[in-house]
Amino acid sequence: MDNKRKELKVSAIRNGTVIDHIPSEKSFQVINILNLANYKNQIYFGTGLDSSKLGKKGIIKISDKYFEDEEISKIALVAPKATLIEITDYEVTKKEKIDFPEEVSKIVKCFNPKCVTNIQDITTKFTVVSDHKGEVKLACHYCEKTMSKENIDFF
Amino acid sequence: MNELKGRSLVSITDYTKEEIIHILDMAEEFEKNQRQQILNGYVISSLFFEPSTRTRLSFESAVQYLGGSVIGFASADTSSVRKGESLKDTILTVSNYSDLIIMRNPMDGSARYASEVSPVPIINAGDGANQHPTQCLLDLYSIRKTQGSLDNIHIAMIGDLKYGRTVHSLVQALTLFGATFHFVSPESLKMPSSVKTWVKKAGLEYHQYTDIMDIMPIADILYMTRIQAERFPDPLEYEKVKNLYILENSMLAPSKDTMRVLHPLPRVNEITEDVDDNPKAYYFQQAKNGVYVRQALLAAILGLK
Repeated sequence: MDNKRKELKVSAIRNGTVIDHIPSEKSFQVINILNLANYKNQIYFGTGLDSSKLGKKGIIKISDKYFEDEEISKIALVAPKATLIEITDYEVTKKEKIDFPEEVSKIVKCFNPKCVTNIQDITTKFTVVSDHKGEVKLACHYCEKTMSKENIDFF
Repeated sequence: MNELKGRSLVSITDYTKEEIIHILDMAEEFEKNQRQQILNGYVISSLFFEPSTRTRLSFESAVQYLGGSVIGFASADTSSVRKGESLKDTILTVSNYSDLIIMRNPMDGSARYASEVSPVPIINAGDGANQHPTQCLLDLYSIRKTQGSLDNIHIAMIGDLKYGRTVHSLVQALTLFGATFHFVSPESLKMPSSVKTWVKKAGLEYHQYTDIMDIMPIADILYMTRIQAERFPDPLEYEKVKNLYILENSMLAPSKDTMRVLHPLPRVNEITEDVDDNPKAYYFQQAKNGVYVRQALLAAILGLK
């Protein structure tokens, strides 16, 4: 019963995608990087919802929208523990944990102002690596500089 | 070893340990017999978008000792870059005129990019603050030549370890050979943690010092670098440390007889001129070794040896 009530805090969608288990403080960032402010169909979202896993979580439900791999990579960089649920006619047709991609292309700018990708018209490319503390970082394929998640700037 | 043929050299990590050794062995052959007309009829482009003395001249000398011709420019001012031509267009054009391109460019990552768009191999002669793999190879050649082997040496690196790209690549390469690293620098110019992580991951040891004399009796190689005033946010801090990392002849007294002093050059004042006459000074010979190493690279990449 409790679960049901919690779900209904954010309305159900007929067709589209639900991004669940977003850390609460990242909810608005996910909305921004996916450029949802300019999306014309219905979007429901909630943040600060109770979550046994995250303490507080955010959830976004986007009608008639299914994400491309590139967009999923963006979500992964901001909210790596999120769950992606695809809905068709109110039924869950696909549910997957978002995982870090091995490579990130196009969507992220290199933080090094002297990197060739910031000076010439070149598509960026990064390898996802982890440092000695296990923290995820992006290594630029071109300038070889490694940036931490805090420095990630999306196009 | 044919795998090097046609392959660009952008970063020292593009080469395996065996490939590095192969290049050094070839360089040794060129040291014994420098004039070989194997590049006869070949045209090599030398594109220097920013100034350089040693790297450009030693590359061009390497091409000419091998009987090849060099075309190119020594500064971006004399090329179409000034008119706003993109790097891609410059590379695609120049690759029509030559068999291989040697490039120095101030943009970090420009060499990797050039290697991806170019139909002919690229040798990176320095891409901004990023990589300078031929310097690394000539450093390795100089270490092997003076110590007899690259295995398990004690190398002391002195000066600006934070920004010096040559020391970073050299650490990366030497981890393949089991070195022990001694890093000597002011607190604010310490070796970055990413570089120390490579050492740790390779299961090797590093030690950090602020006093150059601490490493004098243990080092096999003293690798000096220049400390630049503009690296310090506070000019007072520079004034405090600038004289601590100047090597004078008298300081070499406690060092091993076989120890050699290396420096990527140009030096400003970090090695006083009285060191030059000490047999332990090796930096000018080191610069000379650059020609043999570059001859080896040209021959290997063009598949002529």
